[in-house]
Amino acid sequence: MTTSSSIPTPLLAAPEPGAAAPPRRRRIAAARRSEGRSGLAMVAPALLLLVLFLVIPVLLAFGLSFTNARLISPNPPRFVGLDNFVRAFTADPAFLRSAINTFVFAVVIVPVQAGLGLLLAVLVNQKLRGVTMFRVIFFVPVVTSIVVVSILWKFMYQKDGLVNSFIDTITFGAWQGTAWLNNPSTALGAIIVLSIWQAVGFHMLIWLSGLQTIPEELYEAARMDGATPWQQFTNVTWPGLRSTMVFVLVTITIAALGLFVQVDVMTQGGPVNSTTTLVYHAVRKGYREMETGYGATISLIFFVLVLIVALVQRFLTREKD
Amino acid sequence: MATASLTSRPASRTAADPGEHVLRRRRKVWSYVAMSALAVVFLFPLVFMFVSSLKPDAQILGDVGSPRAFLPVGDISLDNYFGVFDRVPVGQFLVNSVLVTVLTVGLGLVVNSMAGFALSRMRWKGRSVVLAIVIATLIVPFETIAVPMVYWVSKLPTLVMEGGILKYDFGWLNSYHVQIVPFIANAFSIFLFTQYFSTIPKSLDEAARIDGAGWFTIYRRIIVPLAGPAFATVAILTFLPAWNQYLWPLMVVQQEELRPVMVGMQYFFQLNTAWGEVMAYTSLITLPVLIVFLSFQRAFVSSVAASGVKG
Repeated sequence: MTTSSSIPTPLLAAPEPGAAAPPRRRRIAAARRSEGRSGLAMVAPALLLLVLFLVIPVLLAFGLSFTNARLISPNPPRFVGLDNFVRAFTADPAFLRSAINTFVFAVVIVPVQAGLGLLLAVLVNQKLRGVTMFRVIFFVPVVTSIVVVSILWKFMYQKDGLVNSFIDTITFGAWQGTAWLNNPSTALGAIIVLSIWQAVGFHMLIWLSGLQTIPEELYEAARMDGATPWQQFTNVTWPGLRSTMVFVLVTITIAALGLFVQVDVMTQGGPVNSTTTLVYHAVRKGYREMETGYGATISLIFFVLVLIVALVQRFLTREKD
Repeated sequence: MATASLTSRPASRTAADPGEHVLRRRRKVWSYVAMSALAVVFLFPLVFMFVSSLKPDAQILGDVGSPRAFLPVGDISLDNYFGVFDRVPVGQFLVNSVLVTVLTVGLGLVVNSMAGFALSRMRWKGRSVVLAIVIATLIVPFETIAVPMVYWVSKLPTLVMEGGILKYDFGWLNSYHVQIVPFIANAFSIFLFTQYFSTIPKSLDEAARIDGAGWFTIYRRIIVPLAGPAFATVAILTFLPAWNQYLWPLMVVQQEELRPVMVGMQYFFQLNTAWGEVMAYTSLITLPVLIVFLSFQRAFVSSVAASGVKG
């Protein structure tokens, strides 16, 4: 195949009196134009979908939160200013309860899940036979749907469920458990435990990939200097895990702030709002009670929290680059 | 004296050597003990689920206080599974979930890899703007836009066949496409493709251009065949959320025959909870994922690891 056949047709058709072959510069310009068109064409489907189902909904969350829009209504949405925000912070105790619960959930789960994940990662990072099998086992809950996991644990948390019969066995009947999910003082804690159980394997793998980027020679050098395993960890492992740590903490925080399924399946926010969360409340108001405008307001507040976390991540990783 | 030193030297060496040996061995033993204990913690609920799905309700509750809860003993049968199929259209739910998952993942691979190609290997006006949009949308969790999105899709136009005439109507609720289309484009997938594609030498494109290949041909014939690992990673990372979708179909699909498996579960809680059937249902919808995971566990593990590298 000769190069002339690759020249775009408009160029061939262009009358070029005086020149036998089109000048090189014009050919390059034409190639650029076609590259520009093809590039745009290839990115267009993804771009269109992202705009339709991400950018517009985000803008809608902003816009609708200043209106009284309803999901099904004969009237068009009306601008109500900051009414929804005022309502959230002054006239909706369930919202404040949701914000507090979400905060408590995140504050407990972030360090515990990150710490346990690291512990698991260190365990399965050893050169031991069968260690891959343990990695797979610890990861099994992650691939199990959180809906299924929530139902299973709901059954186990019953008054006469597995959790209580286990407690009964190890304390020789000295301590009787409660119906964990029906007790306002234990329900959120119960959800925290199962959430960690389900997701910690994911962060184990993230930590593990971080651990494996640390060169073995550093450990050899440390051992040569007589460092104990704990000293090796604090002087070699931990400094090498900085960017992994930021990533793990941020992903857990954002996921924790979005807590919804466990609550929806297990407690519906109860008992007495002790497990309601921001997302659960947004869905309850914005969808089930059809107050789209108010639901958008709660979503927006949640979004601002996520943005803050993301900005903190930017700040923490900035000096590295 | 001489004999004493002769015997004491080897003795001290053997004392030092096994010392370290014993220590290392002890650590090894403890590691196995810890890992096995953790394995029990991570597996017992699932073992309980599978085992209970084979037992009648009365026996599930009766076995709770003993190790029998984890053993397939007593009155074992598949009755719960038959019960599930009798009570709810599980077959339909499974078909719906498979359809939604396959189309979301498949179309996502095409659309996002093309975008990744254009962003990483081509020069065009507006490229940096699009890249900025992709990066910015990376951090938007779906939960933040779920409520406004229900409102939004309820207003979108859709084509309907009515009496042989193609008409358009408003509202995407209660359809397959409302479960698929919003999740095809994925900023994180585009990001992964862009990164992977930029590691492939650009000279390949130039050579192909000289041979007269168009950009789409370069993408299809050169880049896609070289990017197997990237496609596997994206497929795995988009497969799980698609199969596990819950919040979105809960809100936008009320019609029973269009619902996916996770939402279908709700049927069991409207009546008196029949735990045996619940366990059979959850086993049914968990098994396909577990089988896929165990068959591709190596790819799963490296995909998740790859998702963490972006930080």
